[in-house]
Amino acid sequence: MTRSTRRTRALRAAGVGAAALLSLSACSSSGSSKDSSSSGSGATASSSAKPSGTVTVFAAASLKESFTALGKKFEQRYPGTKVTFDFGGSDTLAASITGGAPADVFAAASGKTMKIVTDKGDTAGAPVTFVRNQLEIATLPGNPHKVSSLKDLTASGLKVVLCAGTVPCGAAAQKALAASALKLTPVSYEQDVKGALTKVELKEADAAVVYRTDVKAAGDKVAGVEFPESAKAVNDYPIALLNNAPNATAAKAFIELVRSSEGQKVLTADGFLKP
Amino acid sequence: MSEAGRDARAVTLESGARRGRALRGVPLPLLVPALVGLAFLLLPLLALLVRAPWRSLPDQLTSPEVWQALQLSLISATCATALSLVLGVPLAWLLARTRFPGRGLVRALVTLPLVLPPVVGGVALLLALGRNGVVGQWLDSWFGITLPFTTAGVVVAEAFVAMPFLVISVEGTLRAADPRYEEAATTLGASRFTAFRRVTLPLIAPGVAAGAVLAWARALGEFGATITFAGNFPGRTQTMPLAVYLALQNDPAAATALSLVLLAVSIAVLAGLRDRWMTASS
Repeated sequence: MTRSTRRTRALRAAGVGAAALLSLSACSSSGSSKDSSSSGSGATASSSAKPSGTVTVFAAASLKESFTALGKKFEQRYPGTKVTFDFGGSDTLAASITGGAPADVFAAASGKTMKIVTDKGDTAGAPVTFVRNQLEIATLPGNPHKVSSLKDLTASGLKVVLCAGTVPCGAAAQKALAASALKLTPVSYEQDVKGALTKVELKEADAAVVYRTDVKAAGDKVAGVEFPESAKAVNDYPIALLNNAPNATAAKAFIELVRSSEGQKVLTADGFLKP
Repeated sequence: MSEAGRDARAVTLESGARRGRALRGVPLPLLVPALVGLAFLLLPLLALLVRAPWRSLPDQLTSPEVWQALQLSLISATCATALSLVLGVPLAWLLARTRFPGRGLVRALVTLPLVLPPVVGGVALLLALGRNGVVGQWLDSWFGITLPFTTAGVVVAEAFVAMPFLVISVEGTLRAADPRYEEAATTLGASRFTAFRRVTLPLIAPGVAAGAVLAWARALGEFGATITFAGNFPGRTQTMPLAVYLALQNDPAAATALSLVLLAVSIAVLAGLRDRWMTASS
């Protein structure tokens, strides 16, 4: 084998490798373009830089409606910005942030799930409580099973879904049940609050313990039943700028909007309580 | 799968002659990506072994929750496979041995759950067999049967995603099997069903077995359709994959331990199949 053929072989192999890399990067182009646009703004992120580029917000599932509306407001106020959300169980989001997910802002549904992130030193500055949320029972439209209290959910034959204990809504529900010395065996522990709500919306479950805001967002697809024990399990929602935020300027501006009177107006209209 | 089996035998015959050439003649543009591909497939599994909490592993694995989830996984995967066998083998026979209009379309539809995202399958199952579903509401009002949130629901969800594997495998075997044996049996007076039972079934047994193992493995790993359709309750609907996912949120060490168990089960399945598949590559 001559040297030149060997060289072309090596070149060819390098070509194949480059093609493999190219196919990888082509498939992740949305991620890389986001990085480039945000790092551009990050470079100028001194004192009074204008927010631009993409800001990535990880937020509790219960914030979906309010934050989507606030994201639109943000994009209108700062043309050239784009807010992308990842809504999910706060514990799942916390795990992905500590696992290195590139996010700018984290809004959790409990102090406990936020603490997972602060303990790892992944937040920049202390988290601030921006709203609070109270539990409510979501039941079928017209409340055919005549649910009027938390105790009614323990009746046999009633299919109740709760959030998993690792998710804030599940932890709060357990707290409320413990406070009233009730034992409730659900048919399922759902992975986030929207999962629990969906089971009632689809009429697969008779009732779910979710947030007041979720009942409100579901409209007439479910009927809400308030219960006094929920006062013993009110969740604080903390929000924080993340340490490795690719777009810190826009992230700060978004947190400002959430905490502004305008932002609070949107949140309270959706059923959240003021902090 | 019998085609694969036949190929396997052919490959073992040839590989003896080829073995002498070893890796010397392999062109670099094939060798380099091949090795990268191999590393890509094996690295995550190695990482699982490296980062496994070996010291606390005995405690993790002897906890009742883990055994509950493993037991439920094994039982429901086996039931799903049995269900797939009872319904899937006749379906494969129908597709391979009969002619009817739209057979190609039916075959494509049968394989749909293979490519469908499992969560979509779960939602579809809810809309069909849920308490308020198209068929489910009659199941509920006539027989008092509701599938969501029950172990039976887990079996249904797993069978939905796993059965196509069995059907495709058995149908392939049937197509490769010579239909003249069955024809001979029927000309000798056997009914078509007897011919199927006494002649065809023994003939395609290896393909059925391979399909069943594939379906079982798929059912064991099923996550999306299960959590959507059957929910998540320890001991009733929480299978191993669900337990792994939920443990990952607050106890990554436990999730790693659970993953190791599933990895061990998968390796055991592969080892059990080594006669069929491993020889093809040796």
